[in-house]
Parts: sequence; C-alpha cells; structure tokens
Amino acid sequence: MAARIHGGAATALSTFNPKKLVAPSRTNLPAAARSSKRCIVAGGGSDASKKSLSVRHSQKLIANAAVATKAETSATTGTGHELLLFEALQEGLEEEMDRDPHVCVMGEDVGHYGGSYKVTKGLADKFGDLRVLDTPICENAFTGMGIGAAMTGLRPVIEGMNMGFLLLAFNQISNNCGMLHYTSGGQFTIPVVIRGPGGVGRQLGAEHSQRLESYFQSIPGIQMVACSTPYNAKGLMKAAIRSENPVILFEHVLLYNLKEKIPDEEYICNLEEAEMVRPGEHITILTYSRMRYHVMQAAKTLVNKGYDPEVIDIRSLKPFDLYTIGNSVKKTHRVLIVEECMRTGGIGASLTAAINENFHDYLDAPVMCLSSQDVPTPYAGTLEEWTVVQPAQIVTAVEQLCQ
Amino acid sequence: MAQHLKSSSKSILLNILRHNIGFSSPSHASRHLRHNLPHGPLSTRLAPNLITRYCNTMVDTLSSIGSHEDTNSQVMDFPGGKVAFTPEIHFISESNEERVPCYRVLDDNGQQLTNSQFVPVSKEIAVKMYSDMVTLQMMDNIFYEAQRQGRLSFYATAFGEEAINIASAAALSPDDVIFPQYREPGVLLWRGFTLQEFANQCFGNKSDYGKGRQMPVHYGSNKLNYFTVSATIATQLPNAVGAAYSLKMDGKDACAVTFFGDGGSSEGDFHAALNFAAVMEAPVLFICRNNGWAISTPTSDQFRSDGVVVKGRAYGIRSIRVDGNDALAMYSAVHEAREMAIRERRPILIEALTYRVGHHSTSDDSTRYRSADEIEWWNKARNPLSRFRTWVESNGWWSDETESDLRSRIKKEMLEAIRVAEKTEKPNLNHMFSDVYDVPPLNLREQELLVRQAIKSHPLDYPSDVPL
Repeated sequence: MAARIHGGAATALSTFNPKKLVAPSRTNLPAAARSSKRCIVAGGGSDASKKSLSVRHSQKLIANAAVATKAETSATTGTGHELLLFEALQEGLEEEMDRDPHVCVMGEDVGHYGGSYKVTKGLADKFGDLRVLDTPICENAFTGMGIGAAMTGLRPVIEGMNMGFLLLAFNQISNNCGMLHYTSGGQFTIPVVIRGPGGVGRQLGAEHSQRLESYFQSIPGIQMVACSTPYNAKGLMKAAIRSENPVILFEHVLLYNLKEKIPDEEYICNLEEAEMVRPGEHITILTYSRMRYHVMQAAKTLVNKGYDPEVIDIRSLKPFDLYTIGNSVKKTHRVLIVEECMRTGGIGASLTAAINENFHDYLDAPVMCLSSQDVPTPYAGTLEEWTVVQPAQIVTAVEQLCQ
Repeated sequence: MAQHLKSSSKSILLNILRHNIGFSSPSHASRHLRHNLPHGPLSTRLAPNLITRYCNTMVDTLSSIGSHEDTNSQVMDFPGGKVAFTPEIHFISESNEERVPCYRVLDDNGQQLTNSQFVPVSKEIAVKMYSDMVTLQMMDNIFYEAQRQGRLSFYATAFGEEAINIASAAALSPDDVIFPQYREPGVLLWRGFTLQEFANQCFGNKSDYGKGRQMPVHYGSNKLNYFTVSATIATQLPNAVGAAYSLKMDGKDACAVTFFGDGGSSEGDFHAALNFAAVMEAPVLFICRNNGWAISTPTSDQFRSDGVVVKGRAYGIRSIRVDGNDALAMYSAVHEAREMAIRERRPILIEALTYRVGHHSTSDDSTRYRSADEIEWWNKARNPLSRFRTWVESNGWWSDETESDLRSRIKKEMLEAIRVAEKTEKPNLNHMFSDVYDVPPLNLREQELLVRQAIKSHPLDYPSDVPL
C-alpha cells in the first residue's frame, strides 16, 4: 500500500522531474504561508511504501529565532513530544532498529558509553553489544566493515565520532562505498548510513572543526543530507536508513541540544527535498545546518528593516533540490547563499555554479555566497567567531543585493 | 560464574574488574558478567523476534580475572590483566631464532611426505581440483596472449598460484563469501563461473555482469558469493570483517574469506582488519598469497618481519604458514581453518608461500627487476600443477590421455569464448549512468541527455560498437 500524498509538498522522489512543474500542490504554497501543511512521504523503497505514512504536519519555524509569520504552530493532533535534537536522532535510530533487524550501529564508543554525543544512548542495552558495536580506532576499517556488512545484507549506521575523522575513511567511502554498486553491475547494494557531527563548534580546534561536505560532495554514488532541527533530524535519519543508496548524514556539534516538539506519529523526511523555512518575496537565502539559525536571526533584523527574505534550508547537499530552489529564484530573482564551508570548493561554490547554470535568466543580481574563510579554524574563541558567517554580515549582504 | 556469588562478593568482583580491566562503569562490568544473557550457541538464540539481542559470547574467556592468589609481589595489575615482573632489562628479539616452519604434504616431486597430516580428498574432488588448475592456467595463457595481440586491453595472470586459487576454493562451501584482491579467479572458476562469463567481463560486453564498467579481471558474482574486485589494495579486508560480522549475527554456517598479497599486508587496512576481526570475534579467513613480489618490490623491501604469519600473533589471531604450491596442504589448511573460524568464531590468518611466476600484469615486464632464471626455476621445479598431478596420477585417477583431452577441450572452449565475447555488443550507453544510485537522479539524467546530444552532432567521433 503506497504512501498517500496529501496536499503540501510533492515529493522529490528520484523519479520525479522537477523541471516539469507537474505538481499543482506546490504552487499552492502561498507566498506568505501561515501554516503550510506538508505531508511526509516515504522516500522510496518497497518496505517503506508498505506502511502508509501520511501524516500532516505543519511546517514550523524554530522557536528561538522567531521571525514567525505563523499564527498556529501546533503539530496536527496537539500532542507530540518535546525533545532535543540528539534525542530525536536516537529516537529515529531506535525506531528503525525496532522495525528492521538488519539495522545495526558501529563506531567508536557507541555501545555502553552511548556515543560521544549520546545519540546511541541506551541502544546497546536494548539491542546487545553486537548490534551496537564498539570498534577499535580505525575509521577506514570500521567504515570498510560497514560496507562489507552492507554488501552481505545488513544495514549499518556508521558513526564517525567527529566528521573530520572520516577523512581517514575517505578511501573506503570513495572507492568502495560510492563505487561498488556501479562496478559490480548492480549486483551488490550498499545501504549504509554514515553520520557524525561536524562543523565549527566552540573552540574545538582546527582538526575538530571541519566541513567534510566540501570534500565528499564530488564522490559519485553517495547522497548527502544535513539535518538542522529535531524534526528533520529524526526524519532524515529514518529516511537515510531506509534508502538503498549510501547516505552521509551531516549533524552539527552545536545543534545537538536544540529543543522542539515533534509528532508522536511516525514520519520520515524526503532525502532529496529542501525545507522552506520562511517564505518571502524579496530575496532567496539558501542555507543549511547551523547557518540556518544565523540566517533566521538576521531575518529578524531584516524584517524590521522592511525586507521580506525567503529562507530555504537546502537539507539535501547532494543532489541539490533544484526544484524548490528554482521556484524560489524565479520568484525573488536574488540569491544569497550562507554556508559554513570554506569559500573554495564548498557546497556554496557548487550551489552558485548550479544556480548560475540553470537559472541565469531569472537573476537580477549576481549570486552572492557568504562562506567561511579559507583558513583552518583557530582555537581562540574570538577568532573562531569571525571565521563563521555572522548575522550582521548576512544583513549587510541582503541590503547590498536588494539595492 | 558470577551468578553464584553473593551480592557483596559480586560488588567486590566488580571493583576488581573495574580496576584490572579498566571498565569505565559498573554497568560496563556487569555487561561482561553476563548474568542476563542466555548461554548457548548463537544459532539457538535467534528467535523470530524483531529485536534480537546479539552479544559477544567469548569476552568472558578473554577478560581473565586471574585467580585469587595470595599477595604475589611478583605480579602487578594493569588494565588488561596481571603481568609478571622481571628485574632484568630484556628486549624481546625482533625475530625468532628460527623462522616459522611451513606446512606441506607433498614434496617437490609430488610424493606424499611420510607422516604428513592432511584432510583426505576424494577422487572426484581431486580430479576437479587438478582439472580446474589446468583450466585456470590455460585460461590465463590464452587471455594473456589475447592482450598481447591487442584484442584485450589488460590482463593479470595467476601463474604459479593455481594451487592457492583452486585448493582453497575446494575447501570452502558455496555459502562462504569471498573478498578477492585480483589474482584469485580460480575461486570463481571452481564455483562454476564459465569461461564465457570470464571472457564477457574481460571484453566488457553486454553479457558482463558488471555491465562493462570495470577493467578486465575485476570479476564479481553475487550468485557465487564472490564480491566484485575493487582495484584498491587491501580495502577488501575490512569489508570481509564486516561480512563475517554479518554472518555471525545471522548465525550462518559460513565464513568470510579474503585474499591479499605480501604487498597488501603493508596497507593500514590489513592491520586494522586483523585487529577488528580479533576483537569482534568474526569468522573470517585472511589468506595471504606471499608470492615474493609486489610489482617490482621484493618482500625484503616490503617488511622486515618473518613474513606475514608472525603478524597474526600481534593481533591475537591464530595463524599458519603453508606451502602455497602444494594443493593438498592448501586444501587441508583452509579446511581446518574454516572449521575453527565458524565453530569457535575467530579469525584465522593463513600465509601461503608461493611465487608469482607471471608478470604483475600486462603492463609489467618483470625481467626488468628479476632474473629470468629465477622465474624459470619456480616455474619448473616448484610447479603446483606438476606436483599435484604426480599425486593424482599415483592414485590412478589421471593419465596422459585425460590430460591431453582436457587441454584440447579447454583450448577449444576458450577460443570460442573469446570469439563470441569479442563479437558480442557492448552495453548500452545508458548503463554509463545507471546503478550510480538505485534510480538515476535528475543531474545524471541531464548529463546523459548532454552526452547524447553531443553524439548526435558528432556521430563519427563516437565508438561504433556501443549501442545508444
């Protein structure tokens, strides 16, 4: 029984051609949507479609940067439960492990210790220490192990204690994870999820503040998503586990304690879809992960100054949701990208190229991209703050673009 | 054991555990005391229950608490267990006095050594083993020649290593999953891959299971449990550990088997995989084809240990050194190793000593770095085929006639296979873009359109044998 799609965002299931603009429901999204209802749909895979997952959930803004143009913010039934982002991830993971006995977790300190950010807390007690596996310290080896296990039928969730450590696993991720489905002629699938916290934290030092999405984005065969709220964290985690493709799920060190109320009912988020955070008219601001919150904070100031920014959390880093992005560009004609990656070779760089290539005719101004500088992240707190794009810079950029 | 202790003794025990073995919390320690878990073989614990709780069962034996000896002042506690003191400053030597001996059953002439232990081989298996060794050698010969003639783009032979290839495959079951390096097509051959299927992959035509995407000798067959060759050295070792972990979780009567060369043992993945396999108690066989050369690098430039077999102990892995050119010894060693791996849930390291008679590949000319005499000697005096043939013949199971029959049949089959493979169409252009993901995403579909547009405007620049 296939999942039903009611109103709201049509799915960007891989077979859907965004260029065709066939989904009338999308264009129903009013510019100043007060409460857009969005249905959460299964992201493909026959197992998922057997459950009907039609849940209607109103799109919410995050509480702390409320440029809330919404009147109602409640989840559908009014019930729902509040939790922190890392708990949402854990809930998603636990639900998937309950649902499918092939899902397992491997990584450093994920077992009895519960993971260094507590995402796997309690899972080892429940599922045993083989299914939530503590590994010795060798990222290449346990990533390779996960790939071999996936080729033999399991669905491992591989945790990198910090995304930066996954640089050591690059060989396995690029050569085996991304490639083996292709080079084996489709004989072997690799349904792994590789996840971990990345991004600039609070004085974690250069080696622990890396943005791996820049480096991984070129690897053919993998998908990349970045979560930013407890709601999409849980949804993306579940979707990633159910996907037959290898998915890299980027979490952010500073977002683990975000609190939000999420539905009690089961839901998943579409892996290839971007999230409309705040509809607007004047300018499209594309962002993801932690920068979403800096953007929303800047949006507060901008609204007070009379601007109406449209904020989109792109969520899907590979492939880009050019459908949502394109519709927005066609509406506002101005684009600002705010990211945490370095200026050179980051997600913003690729996104700028993609927008210029595809939507050049719709732009009234050059695409502007605010990124971190091409420097290793300094340890000193004051300097570290200045390597990351701040709300004030976002406001200035918007003012510049909207002249 | 812990169940019999009274609660006060148990808490003392927990404290000792925490101190001795470095547990970080009482819950960690009590997990190792296992008072909640059923005992018994893994397979009986897999009830049809969605949430199955899998646990390592051998940790008990490893975390030895040590007997409650009286205050023996010659012993001190460290995380990991008790260690005896010594007042002498003594460095462990970098190598043993004697090298690890090599297990063999047949002498250089193929005569069975007296009081040699080996697993008996039936006539059927022995004949199939020898025939497949011959087939492998001939297949390699003919494909190599085809490459030299320009009909194939690339090839890598397994000359000199036929016994390792076939005998190990013969000792395994079809359920054992194989993670090859690239010099083990014999395992596929044993399992039933036809000469035509080999040729299809080498020519990259539309019948190739890999859909023409990989270079020759990068075979793969999920039907035969042979995982597609990935050219990167030793990356398959951690994959094999993962597969073994998966088999263990499912309680299957099967193990993972992975092959690599002496050069591969230098890669980081080798060390990590062995360590992981030992800690995970994964049923995996690590078979090292120590053939003396890694392209032009001899083993003396590859490592300074006594070969690869001694590295097993460093990781807590049982190991054996075998004469890789002795089919019976290989068969026995792999057979025993497989039993141990599955029954005791442990990894085993097998170092098969052999010699790479051929060049590294068709891109290599090994006479540039080694003497032709050396190659010739190994090809004649230590040839695995002739040694095994002598033994098979001595049992009355083979003759010159059967040999020449076999050889002429194989030659005919091979030439036919090549002829057919060469003429078969290549895979369609859309296969350049399929299988990157489960369903091609928008950007790939766009890119395919662009390629097709380019072809339309420049049809003469496009290869004629790739259908659109």
